[in-house]
Amino acid sequence: MSAVLQHPVIRTSQKGWAASQATVYNDKIVRQFSVMAVVWGVVSMLVGVFIAAQMAWPQLNFGISWLSFGRLRPLHTNAAIFAFGGCALFATSYYVVQRTCQVRIISDKLAAFHFWGWQAVIVAAAISLPMGFTRGKEYAELEWPIAILIALTWVAYAVVFFGTIGLRKVRHIYVANWFYGAFIIAVALLHIVNAAVVPAGWMKSYSVYAGVQDAMVQWWYGHNAVGFFLTAGFLGIVYYFIPKQAERPVYSYRLSIVHFWALIFTYMWAGPHHLHYTALPDWTQSLGMVFSLILLAPSWGGMINGVMTLSGAWHKLREDPILRFMIVALSFYGIATFEGPMMSIKTVNALSHYTDWNVAHVHGGTLGWVGFISMGALYFLIPRLFGLSKMHSIKAIEVHFWIATIGIVFYIAAMWIAGVMQGLMWRSINADGSLTYTFVESVKATYPFYIVRFLGGILYLTGMLIMAWNVWMTVWAGKPTEAKIPSNLAHA
Amino acid sequence: MDILFLLVPLSVLLALAVMALLAWSVWSGQFEDVEKEGQRILLDEEPQNSASPQNITKV
Repeated sequence: MSAVLQHPVIRTSQKGWAASQATVYNDKIVRQFSVMAVVWGVVSMLVGVFIAAQMAWPQLNFGISWLSFGRLRPLHTNAAIFAFGGCALFATSYYVVQRTCQVRIISDKLAAFHFWGWQAVIVAAAISLPMGFTRGKEYAELEWPIAILIALTWVAYAVVFFGTIGLRKVRHIYVANWFYGAFIIAVALLHIVNAAVVPAGWMKSYSVYAGVQDAMVQWWYGHNAVGFFLTAGFLGIVYYFIPKQAERPVYSYRLSIVHFWALIFTYMWAGPHHLHYTALPDWTQSLGMVFSLILLAPSWGGMINGVMTLSGAWHKLREDPILRFMIVALSFYGIATFEGPMMSIKTVNALSHYTDWNVAHVHGGTLGWVGFISMGALYFLIPRLFGLSKMHSIKAIEVHFWIATIGIVFYIAAMWIAGVMQGLMWRSINADGSLTYTFVESVKATYPFYIVRFLGGILYLTGMLIMAWNVWMTVWAGKPTEAKIPSNLAHA
Repeated sequence: MDILFLLVPLSVLLALAVMALLAWSVWSGQFEDVEKEGQRILLDEEPQNSASPQNITKV
């Protein structure tokens, strides 16, 4: 065993000397982001449920522009992805990079700036989006002053993360760090290119790109935001927290490395599948489709690798609801990464595009994959960060799991059916060449599915509220603790 | 579609950077004994069992 535990000290630079001499990890930053992930999770899902109700009962906007669907929908997506998902990623990445490198983060101050800067971005979004300030680009709505703040906080994050890796006392860089690192670099690049604007006042700007060029940049950004923010980052969680929770090494470490390199090579090229049958050149669309299909291989390789980590210990799934969150998350990752390439096939896309099928696909990924893996990791982290061995109530985790799972099934099944129905109704043509259905007929036919979707959302939100209560009780019972950095691992 | 003159080279550059990184990690011995690395995270994290008090300092 001692051979396994050798930790060659590689180097200590002048700059990170203080950090490399520290005896405890910085878990304060992990605690802050973990707690805020839960808070923003509740907020984002509440807004989601509200706008889902508006789809069924439009009068719920009460004639107030601040509450209209068009303004709250980007608030929901930004809060869910960047506030909830972002905080979960930051918390876990700070935890993982310190543990796997056996060193405290390089700068507490920069990390604090990252935390407060990011919270400021979220608050600015929560104010400016309902007021109607938007760049009109999906997942990149925030106006240029906020976009600049995002860039600054991101640079701070990158410096802390990579600086800490530079100080590491373990020569090997654990695979989760590669995923987090790719997420940090890619999001920086995407954000800067897609946020290139000419300001026209404090909260107004015009993109430097025009027309279809702008659309291509937007979906190069949009798809890779899914690929690197919502996928690579959360795969970092998979490769650290599933082995930890299962108390077994990942099924094949070799496969995890192949998974990483294959995924990041392929993802960058898939964006054009968002623009099938548009003014985008045909060859670009086909290229996007082919790369999307290739993506199926690394995605499923990674999913199988994660699930097979439980190989020989399947009984743990029966006993441990946290592990169940994580493994079901991977199942949804598998579903979404099979569905995505299918939907990128042009003939399938002709049916699915612009319908609620997209909404089903996205929420399979977000509620099932991103949400569940984050919740699993948070249930692992929060008690440890407060000096406890487990959450206040394991029973409540169990209840959360089942309510949320049923909620997702309601949600995506309703939207799948609605989407296929809409696609079929829109393309249906009479013998004389006229359309069989008016658009509003398809809206009317969707009404019952919107109600089912709303109910699914209520269930998912209820699960999140149970989690928030459970976290509250756990934090109440515990005390913030700082974990010691192991000093002499060879003898551990 | 002038934008492709920006996006394609950018993606190619990124792919080259990724390849350079891969080359570095292979030559620098990152993958010398990979299965061992998978086990390390389980073995060397002492505060993993946060209940054991000697591993924890109260703040």
